[in-house]
Amino acid sequence: MNLKIKCIATFFSVVLIACGGKEEKKKDGIRLQQEKTETTIEAPSDTGTPASQRIELDNKGVGPITSVTLDAEIDEALAVKGKEVYEQMCLACNKPDKKYIGPAPKGVLERRSPEWVMNMILNPQGMVTEDPLAKDLLQEFNGAPMANQGLTEDQARAVLEYFRTL
Amino acid sequence: MKKVNYITFAFIALATVFAGCKEQGEKSTGALSSNAAERVYVEPGKYDEFYAFLSGGFSGQLAVYGIPSGRLLKVVPVFSQDPEKAYGYNEETKPMLNTTFGFIPWDDTHHPDMSQTNGVLDGRWIFMNGNNTPRVARVDLSTFETAEIMEIPNSAGNHSSAFVTENTEYVIAGTRFAIPIPQKDMPIKDYKGNFKASLSFLKVDQESGNMDLSFQIRLPGFSYDLVHPGRDKSHGWVFMTTYNTEEAHTLLEVNASQNDKDFIAAVNWKKAEEYIKEGKFTTEKVDYAHNVYDEDTHMATSTIKNEVRVLDASTLPGLVYFLPTPKSPHGVDVDPTGEYIVGNGKLSADLTVHSFTKMLDAIKNEKFDGEAYGIPILNFEDVLGGTVKQPGLGPLHTEFDGEGNAYTTFFISSEVVKWKVGTWEILDRKPTYYSPGHLSIPGGNSRKPWGKYLLAMNKITKDRYLPTGPEVSQSAQLYDITGDKMELLSDFPTIGEPHYASMVPAELIQSKSKKIYRLDENKHPQATISDANVKVEREGKEVHVYMTMIRSHLNPDNIEGVKVGDKVFFHLTNLEQDYDVPHGFAVIGAENSELLVMPGQTETLVWYPKKVGVWPFYCTDFCSALHQEMSGYVRVSPADSNTELTWSLGD
Repeated sequence: MNLKIKCIATFFSVVLIACGGKEEKKKDGIRLQQEKTETTIEAPSDTGTPASQRIELDNKGVGPITSVTLDAEIDEALAVKGKEVYEQMCLACNKPDKKYIGPAPKGVLERRSPEWVMNMILNPQGMVTEDPLAKDLLQEFNGAPMANQGLTEDQARAVLEYFRTL
Repeated sequence: MKKVNYITFAFIALATVFAGCKEQGEKSTGALSSNAAERVYVEPGKYDEFYAFLSGGFSGQLAVYGIPSGRLLKVVPVFSQDPEKAYGYNEETKPMLNTTFGFIPWDDTHHPDMSQTNGVLDGRWIFMNGNNTPRVARVDLSTFETAEIMEIPNSAGNHSSAFVTENTEYVIAGTRFAIPIPQKDMPIKDYKGNFKASLSFLKVDQESGNMDLSFQIRLPGFSYDLVHPGRDKSHGWVFMTTYNTEEAHTLLEVNASQNDKDFIAAVNWKKAEEYIKEGKFTTEKVDYAHNVYDEDTHMATSTIKNEVRVLDASTLPGLVYFLPTPKSPHGVDVDPTGEYIVGNGKLSADLTVHSFTKMLDAIKNEKFDGEAYGIPILNFEDVLGGTVKQPGLGPLHTEFDGEGNAYTTFFISSEVVKWKVGTWEILDRKPTYYSPGHLSIPGGNSRKPWGKYLLAMNKITKDRYLPTGPEVSQSAQLYDITGDKMELLSDFPTIGEPHYASMVPAELIQSKSKKIYRLDENKHPQATISDANVKVEREGKEVHVYMTMIRSHLNPDNIEGVKVGDKVFFHLTNLEQDYDVPHGFAVIGAENSELLVMPGQTETLVWYPKKVGVWPFYCTDFCSALHQEMSGYVRVSPADSNTELTWSLGD
């Protein structure tokens, strides 16, 4: 009986936490101006710049990719292959040039290292738990975690090449 | 008066409990060494050692448990619709339940039997019978989905089914109820001599697992109760019990229990194959449905087939022999060497065991005691291998542990009895709670049992669990059989009524278990494998919604231009490619069920919009922190409106 009560209590507290978190995010239309500012203060961790705008070209992220060399020339054939993979596996959440469920990949290599991008694709779970920048991005994007779409390293590399064409 | 009854009942119940205590107390060596709890406790996050596949009986499903914990891992829908998984409700799986009687949403499942290679259970497929509207199903153990259902023609009461030969050459299905073949309008009292039975041989393709009704053997109109294909030395034969050799058509309880002996029918299926090759069959016109689920298109198709090749046991010598077996034998079980054929005569005081070697000798030397409908009856004494004397009351089924021991369930005296194959001496007995039917030992029906555990499946639980109104669950009881004496470890409630169960070491299945369906292999004609292809199309009164699902949105989530009187097809594709991220789909007022779409899979739900308004749909499987947001609206306009067909997400 006690255990049951505990379970119920735990369940409710989880629900409450979830609801609480959600309300902070669920801003726009009806929410009060004050609360809005409150959330924007909370979101960024250190610098005050939103995670999506931060430039961290030295951060390679957490995951299987430790080194990627990009040729000066874009490999068009590889980019075409990458676009194909992207449209099947990624498009539902990431539009090429506008913020959607997740950030837009357009211009991502001006802010991120190629390794970081590939690790985010290949190891999203590890990234949002261990990489501080990915953690902040999760916050900024409503707590919607990036899905692991099971891409191979070759597929992720092709997607990266496609990002260079955007 | 009623009160007295209750008191009497309570007294009996108490006496039973005390008797139970006494039994336990005598045999156990005390709390310190009896740590049964530790032996069935599987730590959180750890796996069970064995899979157990239990028939769901009148639930029509297959239940998958972990052993020794008794944790329910999955219920696989087979012969009954399952709204949880949309089996038999979505457009893709409806054809699975098609028969020549129409769409049949229920059946009574009895005997799950696993595929074998060289006489060893191999973890590829489970075959299982539908008793009522005769069917045999195949469950794929890489997906735990029903992959195929074959209706059996010329059959009624598909009980002695579906049993697998040593190399999965055939799945064998017999008939419990004799019927006129072909069916016709005739008086029931003319049963005797006119009603017939069938034994069907379903050939299995070793690559795909697909079944083909290869041939049937026509048999006299007895009730064929259970089947056990020969093992090892008796491979090539199949044994089946009979009752009602009296051919009674009414009050069977009395009239089918008149003969001192019924038969075990020994069928030489290698001989049957020869007769087929020689063309000694007749081709009969029949109708039966063959339903196959295609894993690439995520869709089932149902085909009606029209012919079956039939061999007549009464006219083809050497095909079938009858072994006299006392008193309405129920189970028939062949030991791992294939030498001994145990007849569990349910009304007999003793267990009768036939010898395969003696049987061959009796056939060779024509030691016949007569014939029935042209089929030779072998001399009882000449085939008898041994007798287990007075083991208990109401023997039903026997399994083997691979160490020369046999274990038999006794329905009336509620116990499992361990005895020695060859010496026929009784080694141990343990009570069950109560009235066991089948029992199962990992590999215990094959050439290579793994032993270790025994699962007794009980028909009656009465006082074993907290009461739940008049209907209480059946149960399974787990025994440790590693020692000289069996030890009861635990019992757990089951879904429906478990009949037979198949148990195998987990590693046979675990490593092959599929985690996702690959999007790039999805060949469903209505799949939307890229968000770029999301669309809504109207074809007359039919509206097709090509929708995708991924954490945490449905695309499109706003649909307008649907009208009252339309038939809306929601074709949902789950774009996830990660393990354990199914998404559900439900829409208000749907007459069928939800969908539960696995990663990479496509499923279709039909919806009839009946009321004007704006109606929600949503994901039913808590998929992410933003699961509650995974929803949308469909606007339903009057039938004569001009609302334009539009769809969108996030605009």
